[in-house]
Amino acid sequence: MIEVLSLKHTVNFLRHALPISIMSAVLVLGSLVSLATNGVNWGLDFTGGTVVEMEFTQPVDLNALRVQLTTPDSEGAIVQNFGSSRDVLVRLQVKEGVKSDVQVKSIMEAAQKVDPQVQQKRVEFVGPQVGKELAEQGALAVLVALICIMIYVSFRFEWRLAFGSVAALAHDVIVTLGVFSLFQLEFDLTVLAGLLTVVGYSLNDTIVVFDRIRENFLKLRKSDPEEIVNISISQTMSRTIITTGTTLVTVVALFLKGGTMIHGFATALLLGIFVGTYSSIYVASFLAVKLGINREHMMPVEIEKEGADQPPMMP
Amino acid sequence: MVMLVIAIGCFYAVPNLFGEDHAVQVVATRGAEVTASTQASVNELLASKSIAVKRSELEKGQLLVRLQNADQQLLAKEIIADSLGDKFTVALNLAPATPKWLESMGGSPMKLGLDLRGGVHFLMEVDMGEAIRKMEEAKVADFRSQLREETIRYAGIRVNATGIEIKFRDAENLATAERFLKTRNQDMVFTDASRGEDFALQAVMSEAYLKQIKEEALQQNITTIRNRVNELGVAEPVVQRQGAERIIVELPGVQDTARAKEILGATASIEFHMVDDKADPNAAQSGRVPAGSEVYQRREGGSVILKKEVMLTGDHITGAQPSFDQYSRPQVSINLDAKGGTIFSDVTKDNIGKPMATLFIEYKDSGERNADGSVKMLKIEEVISVATIQARLGRNFVITGLSHGEAQNLALLLRAGALIAPVSIVEERTIGPSLGAENIQSGVQAMVWGMAVVLLFMLVYYRSFGLIANLALTANLVMVVGVMSMIPGAVLTLPGIAGMVLTVGMAVDGNVLIYERIREELRAGRSVQQAIHEGYGNAFSTIADANITTFITALILFAVGTGAIKGFAVTLMIGIATSMFTAIVGTRSIVNAIWGGKRVKTLSI
Repeated sequence: MIEVLSLKHTVNFLRHALPISIMSAVLVLGSLVSLATNGVNWGLDFTGGTVVEMEFTQPVDLNALRVQLTTPDSEGAIVQNFGSSRDVLVRLQVKEGVKSDVQVKSIMEAAQKVDPQVQQKRVEFVGPQVGKELAEQGALAVLVALICIMIYVSFRFEWRLAFGSVAALAHDVIVTLGVFSLFQLEFDLTVLAGLLTVVGYSLNDTIVVFDRIRENFLKLRKSDPEEIVNISISQTMSRTIITTGTTLVTVVALFLKGGTMIHGFATALLLGIFVGTYSSIYVASFLAVKLGINREHMMPVEIEKEGADQPPMMP
Repeated sequence: MVMLVIAIGCFYAVPNLFGEDHAVQVVATRGAEVTASTQASVNELLASKSIAVKRSELEKGQLLVRLQNADQQLLAKEIIADSLGDKFTVALNLAPATPKWLESMGGSPMKLGLDLRGGVHFLMEVDMGEAIRKMEEAKVADFRSQLREETIRYAGIRVNATGIEIKFRDAENLATAERFLKTRNQDMVFTDASRGEDFALQAVMSEAYLKQIKEEALQQNITTIRNRVNELGVAEPVVQRQGAERIIVELPGVQDTARAKEILGATASIEFHMVDDKADPNAAQSGRVPAGSEVYQRREGGSVILKKEVMLTGDHITGAQPSFDQYSRPQVSINLDAKGGTIFSDVTKDNIGKPMATLFIEYKDSGERNADGSVKMLKIEEVISVATIQARLGRNFVITGLSHGEAQNLALLLRAGALIAPVSIVEERTIGPSLGAENIQSGVQAMVWGMAVVLLFMLVYYRSFGLIANLALTANLVMVVGVMSMIPGAVLTLPGIAGMVLTVGMAVDGNVLIYERIREELRAGRSVQQAIHEGYGNAFSTIADANITTFITALILFAVGTGAIKGFAVTLMIGIATSMFTAIVGTRSIVNAIWGGKRVKTLSI
């Protein structure tokens, strides 16, 4: 039998809780600072604008293309390689009074001066109004997701655990966003989808641990919540590692092989899975312990039999 | 039971293996019909040009001709389009090469999203301000005739910033008019807006009426755009509403976005007005125009005074063909519907010998924006022809005064109907067909790699049980594909493939949870049978909880996401549902079949 990190003995995870929670706090704060100062490199989906993806017949010198992009309609274009040295992405902001077709045409004309055989592969135009709405909807989606989860977990478990899990999720979202902000990675709709998937995935992990915590509270009859949490984390550790492993494998496959259009998505997942696994162990459980979770909270709600709480009629 | 469900999943997944045929699709437009004889002549035609036809089918009034490859497809399209003429639209299509017997049992492959097959996606916004303004103008005409009918004297009616203002000379007329108009126009709200000696009545549309106008404008625009898309000859287009003011248009395979945009967004329409020949052109030059008339520019220069009242709008047009008159000047022959014919013959009868003008109205995107961010549209009105009514006109007549190209486009637009309010494109995504193919390839590659590693790991780590989990995982993937093919609305997109790949990684979680639990129970000294039983039992609620929460997030993604993201959410949701089934029910039944009811000492786990 092969075993990966199967913990025979209980490891005192919570002993390191304080330094680790300080680390988490630093991570979250750092992310917030980066978000406040660097902002997010919002993609076309949220800012509005025009993107043209093109394929040249041979590797191109981006500067040669940039020099051509100086007509009033194509001025201010951002040029970058996309995937390979033959694939180029040109981005333009929305310009007052210039229609997107005109922008696309002037970009393609400039590209043809560099390579007459250039092929237009993809054009995207998003109006500024639509972009704003997509951003609002996205933020709303994350919020609604967190609230729904809070309700579900409170209903299935207990509010302390619900609070812990939602705090862990918020932690994941903020830290992932922070990394995107720090490295100025482009944040588009697929990244948002990735972020929400991370929320779902990280929660998955948290629930597994919580489920075990609940079970152990009922089974082990120990009253020390810290010990129970430690035991539970230890017991679920090998499944956490394995599932994280298999999920990471598929995400890495997406990241490496999935093509440029879902690169952002895969990046968000890659980051989120690391942060999410860590947070479901530390942030969620630690907070629940600090909020004073104990055995009574875990007792199944007694199904009240009729008259059960009334004194017996017969002495 | 498990076998049955998986078998059904397999069955519906099978059509995806057959790929697609390059095909040409022939659909009849107005007045024509695709019949067996059309089919025969098309087949004969292609045979004469030595183009091999794989199969040709006539179904639901449309003809689908399957060909060997893309080159022959293009060639065939041109040949067929040339020979059939403009009574038919001929479009390129990719037809699923599902065998007949499978198809007859409801089997069909997954629909591919635009990011996988190439094409254009437009999001169009309807200019509601213009729709409302149009209705206000119609109301002005209504008020005028209503007040005239009741012989209530008014000083003037006009559209102002907030609604419609009706002016009176005295309070008495105002009071009668208010009483009368209120009963006749339930959908308007009237308030007395008199200031001193200025007696005026302000009419604004009620909230309910405004909502109704917007709804109708959107619906009518959707119908019109759908008609125009059909005229463009695109296979399997999508036209649907999004929210209160927007329309999504998806045209698979279309690469010429410029023409598509021009036709879809064109708001050209025509109106017929009588020329106000009593008005003094010189007075009009200095801005004195009789009430009820207005100065319009003529296309060839100069101006003409027309009565504001519209005799007939383009809505009644049922047919329009470009043609040439005896001096080979371009013209458009127009057919009206019965109601339009009656109206037209009535007004022309009373106006024989008088000049009538054809007003061409077009909205263009000005490139500027209003304060609220919506696109500002420019309304361009031009008189394209003024002709004297020679005789009572009926349901068929011609319009002259256009260039050849304009006649072509006007005919197409009139056939497809006018947009009640102008639209502007607020989002556009064009994906080239080569990029689509690349996307499929990279998606499949990611899937193969991810899956291979996961399968290998499970086999090595859990041995026999790993093999069972792998069977479940494979069955799961087949079922996701099967369910995606079964649901008519489900579309596979690139993020959707990503969702499937991710499902592979996460679906094993169910089995990992169960197996780890079984190992734990074994370590705790339980017998094999007990360990299996406890393992499945204890892990169930955990798996359910974990999956339900993921499902919730997928549901939210589905609700707020657009296009491609929706595709991701759908595959994720289906993946969660099927993986729960295969991981719990599926593996349990195999485990039971192998180890159930036997005395086993050790377990290969």
